[in-house]
Amino acid sequence: MARIIVVTSGKGGVGKTTTSAAIAMGLAKKGHKTAVIDFDVGLRNLDLIMGCERRVIYDLINVINGEASLRQALIKDKRCNQLFILPASQTRDKDALTKEGIGKILEELAKDFKYIVCDSPAGIERGANLAMYFADDAFVVTNPEIASVRDSDRMLGILASKSRRSENDEEAIKEYLLLTRYSPKRVKIGEMLSVEDVQDILSLHLLGVIPESKSVLNASNSGTPVILNEESNAGQAYADVVARYLGEDKPHRFIDEEKKGLFRKIFGSK
Amino acid sequence: MSTDTETPTYTKSALEFKSTSFSVPILIIFNAELVQLEHQIEQKIAQAPEFFKNSPIFIDLQTCNHQQQKVDLSALIKCLQNKKLFPIGICGGNKQQNKLALKLNIPSHTIRENSATTIDASLKLNTIDIEKSDKNSSSEITPSVENMLITQPIRSGQRVYAKGDLTILSHVSAGAEVMAEGNIHVYGTLRGRALAGVQGNIDSRIFCSKLHAELVSIDGHYKINGEIDKEISSNPAQIYLQDQKLIIKNL
Repeated sequence: MARIIVVTSGKGGVGKTTTSAAIAMGLAKKGHKTAVIDFDVGLRNLDLIMGCERRVIYDLINVINGEASLRQALIKDKRCNQLFILPASQTRDKDALTKEGIGKILEELAKDFKYIVCDSPAGIERGANLAMYFADDAFVVTNPEIASVRDSDRMLGILASKSRRSENDEEAIKEYLLLTRYSPKRVKIGEMLSVEDVQDILSLHLLGVIPESKSVLNASNSGTPVILNEESNAGQAYADVVARYLGEDKPHRFIDEEKKGLFRKIFGSK
Repeated sequence: MSTDTETPTYTKSALEFKSTSFSVPILIIFNAELVQLEHQIEQKIAQAPEFFKNSPIFIDLQTCNHQQQKVDLSALIKCLQNKKLFPIGICGGNKQQNKLALKLNIPSHTIRENSATTIDASLKLNTIDIEKSDKNSSSEITPSVENMLITQPIRSGQRVYAKGDLTILSHVSAGAEVMAEGNIHVYGTLRGRALAGVQGNIDSRIFCSKLHAELVSIDGHYKINGEIDKEISSNPAQIYLQDQKLIIKNL
């Protein structure tokens, strides 16, 4: 059975697409056949982060409207043969998405794929609602600041009430917290909410903390999911997230400020 | 307070919203056959024409819908109106019927499980009965308290309404609203709004493990965030009414 994962947040700019790209790549690299779908119709970004923007011919809306087959629209990743990308349309708006259309696509993908990652747009409008409607698992991406936490909280309420699982009285969507852009240094001086603060407000299972890192922007610019950068903190943190999601027991990292040893102090850190 | 004497006279409000209860006859539909319905309504009215003249009436569709019978709601309402009855609401309707009722300017209500059980449905399957919910009528069953238990956090933007006591084992987020006709118990942190005794029960109380509420209210007497003593907030607290005043105290 395929598992449908929605990456959502409510608020924009918290790292949904970065996360979608990273975990999709992570799952695929572990040998699971994975598809990642961009639901941000009109503001297509995932293809850039995945580095396949030049290969987009057909998109999600084309498939919904029957103008292209799913096979034609899916883009196979060049780095990992288990990973496929279904881009959003850049020229349409979100009204082109239909519940039936999405349902059909997911059903068809589920036959072939192990994991389907849905990259939700910001907001609580149609695109976001449809991205999470069919989900089995939800990765709630939150920044350690109060507006993002509040929006995530709202999103969690919607996940609990407006999904297929809730409408059919099935087992609820499994919700996981992903704290991104975390800076232990700023938490220490009180500029940022701590992991505990966020946990206290959201009471959610923490899947991982992704530290604020230059490598994320670099990865986006170069079209390489940050998880492929094994040197960077953020890449390692995402690898941990994927491992934890798949059931491995990994201690949380990057929550406390790194103590620089003498060696590091002299030679600097990357 | 000095500000009080300075405030001009327009603070005296011109209206007030209050909640009260009336006795309204409920029409329970057992059969979708409109001709039969009309005939039997006429018979009933003939028995007590004065009582039914210009009377408000409430339509209960639950039984009918349970039997998968599709009653033509708009025709039924028109029929009642022709007989000088004023339908003021429906309950037990399905989505479609509720929508239709709204279109006809008639509000729809969610079912109170035990409101329609005053008569033995199986005995009078094909008859129509007009219930007079008179206070001294022996057939009236007072609704039992419907308590509600919630184990999940109440998220921002969610609203919960309990007809009896409301018990929440987790927290209530900022931007969420919990209401109860009885008491409210929150075993986590209360950050949103909590309104107890919303139907006028002045003895209802609010209890919580931590009080960071945006608003707490009992029977309409409320306090907002800034008025709540900061020292109380990190310990378990209770909120109750005493001589029309809202008291917030640590447990």
